[in-house]
Amino acid sequence: MSKKQKKVLFRIIISFAALVVCGIVSYIFDGMPSWGQLLMYLVPYLIIGYDILKKAGKGILNRQVFDENFLMAVATIGAVALGEYREGAAVMLFYQIGELFQSIAVGRSRRNIAALMDIRPDCAYIERDGEIAEVDPDEVEVGSEIVVRPGERIPIDGIIYDGKTTLNTAALTGESLPADAKAGDEVHSGSINLTGLIRIKTTKEFGESTASKILELVENSSSKKSKSENFISRFARYYTPAVCGGALALALAGPLVRIMLGMSPAWGSWVMRALTFLVISCPCALVISIPLSFFAGIGGASGKGVLIKGSNYLETMSKTKYVVFDKTGTITQGVFEVTAVHHNARERETLLEYAALAESGSNHPIAKSIIKACKTAPDKARVTELEELAGRGVKAVIDGKTVAVGNDKLMRELGVEYRKCHKSGTIVHISVDGMYEGHIVISDVIKPTSRQAISELKAAGVKRAVMLTGDSVAAAEPIAAEAGMDEVYANLMPADKVEKLEWLIDRKNDGETVAFVGDGINDAPVLSRADVGIAMGALGSDAAIEAADVVLMDDNPLKLALAIRISRKCMRIVYQNIVFAIGVKLICLALGAMGIANMWLAIFADVGVMVLAVLNAIRTLHIK
Amino acid sequence: MRKSYKIEVDCANCANKMENAANNTEGVKKAVVNFMALKMNVEFEEGANPKTVMPVVLKNCRKIESDCEIFGI
Repeated sequence: MSKKQKKVLFRIIISFAALVVCGIVSYIFDGMPSWGQLLMYLVPYLIIGYDILKKAGKGILNRQVFDENFLMAVATIGAVALGEYREGAAVMLFYQIGELFQSIAVGRSRRNIAALMDIRPDCAYIERDGEIAEVDPDEVEVGSEIVVRPGERIPIDGIIYDGKTTLNTAALTGESLPADAKAGDEVHSGSINLTGLIRIKTTKEFGESTASKILELVENSSSKKSKSENFISRFARYYTPAVCGGALALALAGPLVRIMLGMSPAWGSWVMRALTFLVISCPCALVISIPLSFFAGIGGASGKGVLIKGSNYLETMSKTKYVVFDKTGTITQGVFEVTAVHHNARERETLLEYAALAESGSNHPIAKSIIKACKTAPDKARVTELEELAGRGVKAVIDGKTVAVGNDKLMRELGVEYRKCHKSGTIVHISVDGMYEGHIVISDVIKPTSRQAISELKAAGVKRAVMLTGDSVAAAEPIAAEAGMDEVYANLMPADKVEKLEWLIDRKNDGETVAFVGDGINDAPVLSRADVGIAMGALGSDAAIEAADVVLMDDNPLKLALAIRISRKCMRIVYQNIVFAIGVKLICLALGAMGIANMWLAIFADVGVMVLAVLNAIRTLHIK
Repeated sequence: MRKSYKIEVDCANCANKMENAANNTEGVKKAVVNFMALKMNVEFEEGANPKTVMPVVLKNCRKIESDCEIFGI
């Protein structure tokens, strides 16, 4: 509890005790005169309510008639004026208890969520004269050398120049699998150093480092307000004056109707009902739960490696019915791998080994993927007379045999009869001493979780999954089929992708949205055109973080389904809270008008709604 | 120009009212109050000086919520 809260608690206790004493005294001295009772009950009333009265006075001076303090002051003073001294004091007391509850509940959830996002260390360590000294990370210049010991968080982005370790990047990516890091590797702030001491040469300032960027982004995210938030704040603006008007109408209309019916007007009872209206008109319980739900949703998502840059994007994402994917790097890994070896007489391994040996001098991505697929490291001593044939392949003598590795063109040049392949991708033929030995197929491979991600998206309510790619139809269709796409459009230039997306946006129904998922590097125009632009694998890529509305820190497509599930759950909770809070208020108004609910009940309902709404909002934090 | 300020305010509706008050202050193009993060992001009009605008913003906010605070003005 903060100092302010402790002070209020203290006043609550004193006032409560005083109220109990007053109750006992007035029970013992049954015939106590009215002015005596008034003086007695003024003690607990003023102890608990003096600040409200003061604020109400200020509110009048500033012409703020619909200020909560003013409303409470009018309601309680009104009760006292009607001779309901105990009621007036007790209502003020319960109002303060409610405010205290609210302040504690909000403060606690704010801290919980903030703790979740607190991935940025407060200090950095540098080595001075052989000793490790603590410094303010803001003062560490780019290019400085910092030390990170096991168990500490990396404060600033940089490159390891000494030491090796394993890093836990869960705070950034939500992925708890530790990753190895050694000298020469780039590391991001916010990762936890697990095993070994490392020395890092910083490449960014503290404020520009990954952890600081993420924190800033999430903190500012709820500034982009959603429609629901705007709705509730607009509602609150009209609600209070409307209920106050209702109170006035009730106080006048009730007695007038009674007079017309020939009954006694019963002014006291109707004014009491009107005062109850004033208590119910305080809008805070309505207003509190909505931003809190969004904050919890965004905070919870960021703890799982999903950064949502605004409450409005969370809202839009929850309505996603079409998800449009870029192929390379999103559905596929964006790296080339040997996906098949079609061999003749020789063994698969031998063929791969020959190809790897022949390509061992090359840095081409195709060569690298062949070398990677070969189980044994190429022994360059076995290779002689290596000859690179630009645009065709390589020729070499391996173990005394002439080996040619290359494309169709090379085979034709050498007069080797080759076989075409039915598979899509890059085909590398191999001939040994002029005899055709088979070919290796190299292609971009689908991510292992892509298929599951699409089916989870469907389960979360997405209607269609669409893939766009600049690749050929032959390369795109097998991948699309394997991932379970509903539609695929190939041979698209970047500008065509925007056009296609616009066509999809035109096609959807109202209230549905289209999300685009890309790697955020070459597809910025498409990302910004979509209702929600989602960038994937953005860790370390500022461009991607800049361009997208929603950022998935790692490149696992399952995170996409998670992001949509979080948004749906969050919005469900938001709607529940709106309906619940407004509903309870309306019921209280109805009961109050009939004289069934008194001021106490109104206050209790208000506090109860608020506490339940806060608890409900916090559920957003926990989603699998 | 944009600037972000840390604020203190007790209730969510008061935060909304602070936002309105800030938005109605001369020199402020757009102000957004984030109750959960306790932050106020202010976008100033062209040529407005935050050093002179912000005290007025605080004054206007105090009118509607007497014990609110804006830090780092």
